[in-house]
Amino acid sequence: MVEKQSRWANVYLVVMFLILYSPIFYLIFCSFNAGQYMQNFSGFSLVHYGELFSDNRMLQIVLNTFVIALLSSLLATIIGTFGALGIFSVRKSFIKNILLSLNNILLVSPDVIIGASFLIFFTLLGLSLGFGSVLMSHIAFSIPIVVLMVLPKLNEMNSSLIDAAQDLGANSWQVLTRVILPYLTPGIAAGFFMAFTYSLDDFAVTFFVTGNGFSTLAVEIYSRARQGVSLEINALSAIMFIISLLLVAGYFFINQHNSARKNKKGRGRG
Amino acid sequence: MKNRLFYFIPYSLWLILFVGAPIILMLGESFLSVSHHFTFANYQDFLGSGTYLRMMFNSVWYAFLITLITLIVSFPTALFLSNLKYKQFWLLLIILPTWINLLLKTYAFIGLLSKDGSINHFIELLGFAPQQLLFTDASFILVAAYIEIPFMILPIFNSINEIDRSLINASYDLGATKWQTFRRVILPLSADGIRAGIQAVFIPSLSLFMITRLIGGNRVITLGTAIEEHFLVTQNWGLGSTIGVVLIIAMIITMALTRERKKRGRK
Repeated sequence: MVEKQSRWANVYLVVMFLILYSPIFYLIFCSFNAGQYMQNFSGFSLVHYGELFSDNRMLQIVLNTFVIALLSSLLATIIGTFGALGIFSVRKSFIKNILLSLNNILLVSPDVIIGASFLIFFTLLGLSLGFGSVLMSHIAFSIPIVVLMVLPKLNEMNSSLIDAAQDLGANSWQVLTRVILPYLTPGIAAGFFMAFTYSLDDFAVTFFVTGNGFSTLAVEIYSRARQGVSLEINALSAIMFIISLLLVAGYFFINQHNSARKNKKGRGRG
Repeated sequence: MKNRLFYFIPYSLWLILFVGAPIILMLGESFLSVSHHFTFANYQDFLGSGTYLRMMFNSVWYAFLITLITLIVSFPTALFLSNLKYKQFWLLLIILPTWINLLLKTYAFIGLLSKDGSINHFIELLGFAPQQLLFTDASFILVAAYIEIPFMILPIFNSINEIDRSLINASYDLGATKWQTFRRVILPLSADGIRAGIQAVFIPSLSLFMITRLIGGNRVITLGTAIEEHFLVTQNWGLGSTIGVVLIIAMIITMALTRERKKRGRK
């Protein structure tokens, strides 16, 4: 039962949504401005999109960003899934809790701390800063979220599934690839997804560990914004908004899929 | 399970190399002088000079204001949202802006707040003189609060959403007014969400550095800005690490204060 809400409550919500979305839509609206600034809308034009697509440096950076996001989330998903399997296999709850709190350190640490401490680490190892260091950092800060997404699926898995597979003569590799991993797929997909968005969203860590030659979108926007407004960034943000919308839709779809399966299971039992 | 060790190899490598080592290195670095000798000078500098202490208190004060504003705005939003019909959908719309790169949202405010920006145009329309909006303390707090709002709404919404409806109905049946129900039932039952929200907002607010640079115009210096400055501009990693250690301590204190309390009153 949903109780009826006073009109003021709804007005409040409407204002809240307006506040949350108006800067974003303002940014997108300005990208169609024929003029050179965000102010004084002087007519509809796609000129800044043209600029964007003929700006090779910018396109290279967009490509960098997506390559880093894809590679880092893929590797983080693999390591994180194995980590979750490892944590799950620990029987002593004391050790399990220690592992879980260690896992969560990077999730709660401020970006600046992660960035600065990684910078010290890479310098000590003598690694040159650039693609490699950015990729490693992104893998590192994405692993814990993958673990957190996979672990609940493991916990709700019925252990007799594994017993049955073993009784039927499956070796441990078959148990893993034929029983456990397929069962975990929705959790792994959600983890991959979160890792991907973490990587796309990151600014501070990348800013610390990237060298001169390599740049991602967020870092590039930062350095351009410090020099002043350029509507090319607005055009880019409009495109990024669409991509975010697609990602959210994708994530929503995965979630729906998960809960649909859960419901089906519930009905089967009931 | 035999392959337990195999599972653990990549993961524990990660734990050692990227969780353990960097933090220990940062702690070690904070005891090094610029010429790499062991020294307490960084801590003496930090605690001895008024500048750094003042910066720290400023940073905590700003983070407190940002958290307070976000909380005041977010609580009613979460409460009203939980009464809506398609609440999960509306919640998704609240979360959606967090998927848009932080830099882009900050960048939008440069256009909105600048000297001849849209907000100043609006002020002029109302018949007032245009104001200096960008590069002020207020604009920094406003933009930071804007960015943090969804992270406050989400945990509060979740805790309100978990409240058993019959508790609220019971409260009304027993003659409580709306306000009493809110104070005695809803507020205590959503306390864990509020704590989680404060934690999620306060810690990042201490360390935001790009907003201070782009919106605060170097007027506001937070712990995060100071760390960035020492690592990337003045190259004094020792002092930067010292401030980093202070930030980690501040983070641990915040988490200790806002951690989930044990349920009381179960006799």
